[in-house]
Amino acid sequence: MSQIHESKRGRLKIFLSYAAGAGKTYRMLEEAQDLRCRGIDIVIGYFEPHGRKDTIAKTDGLEIIPRKKMEYRGSEFEEMDTVAVIARAPAVCLVDEFPHTNVPGSDRAKRWEDVLKILDAGIDVLTTMNLQHLESLNDQIWQITGIRVRETVPDWVIKQADEIVMVDVTPEALINRLKRGVVYAPEKATRALDNFFKEQSLVALRELALRQAAHEVEVRHETPRPTDRLLIHITGEPRTAMLIRRGRRVADYLGAECFAVYISESGDLSGLAVSERDAIQRHLNFARNLRIETRILQGHNSAVALVEFARREQITQIFFMRPKSRRKMFSTSNLISDTLRLGRDIQVTVVADRSAP
Amino acid sequence: MNMEQRRDPERILRELQRDEERQKRGHLKIFLGYASGVGKSVKMLDEGRRRRERGEDVVVGAIQPQSTSEIDQRLSGHEIIPTVKVSGKDVIDIEQILRRRPQVVLIDGLAYDNPPGSRHAHRWQEIDELLQASISVITSINLHYIQELQEEVACITGKRPAETVPLEFLKRADDIEIIDAPAEEQQRSRLREMALLVAAEVVESELKSYLAAHHIEENWGIQERILVGITPRSDARTILESGRRNADRFHGELFVTYVRQPEISPQDQTALDKNLEIAREVGATIHVLDGRDPVRALIQFAKRNGVTQIFIGHSQRQGWWHRLRGNPVERLIDLAEGIDVRVFPQRTGS
Repeated sequence: MSQIHESKRGRLKIFLSYAAGAGKTYRMLEEAQDLRCRGIDIVIGYFEPHGRKDTIAKTDGLEIIPRKKMEYRGSEFEEMDTVAVIARAPAVCLVDEFPHTNVPGSDRAKRWEDVLKILDAGIDVLTTMNLQHLESLNDQIWQITGIRVRETVPDWVIKQADEIVMVDVTPEALINRLKRGVVYAPEKATRALDNFFKEQSLVALRELALRQAAHEVEVRHETPRPTDRLLIHITGEPRTAMLIRRGRRVADYLGAECFAVYISESGDLSGLAVSERDAIQRHLNFARNLRIETRILQGHNSAVALVEFARREQITQIFFMRPKSRRKMFSTSNLISDTLRLGRDIQVTVVADRSAP
Repeated sequence: MNMEQRRDPERILRELQRDEERQKRGHLKIFLGYASGVGKSVKMLDEGRRRRERGEDVVVGAIQPQSTSEIDQRLSGHEIIPTVKVSGKDVIDIEQILRRRPQVVLIDGLAYDNPPGSRHAHRWQEIDELLQASISVITSINLHYIQELQEEVACITGKRPAETVPLEFLKRADDIEIIDAPAEEQQRSRLREMALLVAAEVVESELKSYLAAHHIEENWGIQERILVGITPRSDARTILESGRRNADRFHGELFVTYVRQPEISPQDQTALDKNLEIAREVGATIHVLDGRDPVRALIQFAKRNGVTQIFIGHSQRQGWWHRLRGNPVERLIDLAEGIDVRVFPQRTGS
């Protein structure tokens, strides 16, 4: 059954790098030209020229599926025409900028969702992405660059890729390209040089990308024997998103199952202030979007309820957010120290705040 | 966390001298691949062409003996300084290159040993000489030839090449670029993974020296570093084995620290020795720290070494830590700003 499914589903290949201008699209088009020469039916579903001459030249002879025109708030936008791509049914489709967010009113919110749709139709997809869009790295990217990346791709989506290829370039070469105006128009280039393209940020992002690529290669040729099962404690605190990301990342590296629970006196979210309820709902949704199994558990004492759940689910490690202050820690440390005391053989991880300086 | 360090004149002078040397020295760029045929030579020649088009004086000093049409096509238009035969082996004509004094020389095959009686035993030493003569070098290497990786590579491929280059030479490069390509078989995948990690390591040392040169103190935790703090009475095996497993999964480093205690009892000394033995077993680097406040000593070490996760044991019993300054785990969590703390429950004493 699963084999039939696998043979029908298209293969996904991601060209990964760490900044615009690294040559991902170029590399992808080179491969497309190669495939075309070998007689493979290949089309461009979406291509972002950014006015780069040698990249545009590489599209020569490739069939382009016209984009879909969309209107939003009186302006015209163009998105990939996923329906047209699927109707055309090529063997391979090129889709630039995997993390892109579609204009409101599109069938799907994200381009990666369109790509999954195309794969489902049995079409192979080549796509491009920068590492900073990976959800679980969002806080670290913020730390390094001072920029909160809004367009993120959940890690499980990347795991769907059959192949990830690192498109490497030195930061020096990247900065030179930017200065020569190859990557962006002059005004945008100056802005980019001040932000993402600071040399130290680029070096750091590059290291992160190389390590991620190594990890992606590894998980594709060996699955670790799962030894851990993780549980994340959800609250309405804004830093919970950070906690979820870190928990997810650690779980991925350890090949561990991951759960997230919110403990409520009533057993549901009723009786909470609206803002608190919304925050908790948001965090639970966020966890679910990252493919973390979530629960709302009834309990008067959070530590007791968490440990009970942990016992039942054979959890090995519970993730907590760092208490805000020392004073707070001593007054409410009950949760962490009670969990430690009650948990007996369950480990407790207190996750650091990873935020921009 | 940007911190301007105190600038002492000695240090500034040293830096200026270093900068000057660096400016005089040629620029070294290395293309790294995990196998032959991934396109290192092509990339190198392409870069040479681009530089020539931008007006740089580029020559080719060595090409691989097995040529393809792709390479031949790219060689046309390049000025080639032919290699010379020494005892039947091709050797770079270093004297000719030094006389010709190009800005950039392309030398394919960084791992190459010269026959006895040559000016240098290894090609990387020749490259060093060219760099010293202010000539920039672009070269390429296959992962297999990195000296420090011989064991692992031999385990995977069953082959051990005779010619090697020290990793240190790669780390000294101004630029390293990895040529990544998909690998179908598991064997090649593992080599590919290693190549990506070597590149990451070289980039890491680049980042470190960049941050140091610009007096920036940052710890972004790009490489995971796990620190296991042990005491004589901790049930260290579980924590150390977990530390090892986690470090491996993250391709990170594993440190083990022990904060020296005054007046340690013979039983404790025996227990400690046993724990340190386990630490060695799991291949951790052990650091014995001094400090009146063990928690502070641990945190200081962690921050200095860019640790991202601290693994620590915790028992219900009141141990010597407790007697010092209240609950040590709480203090550790409090002081471990920016570092994850993983607490392992322990049945034995602290």
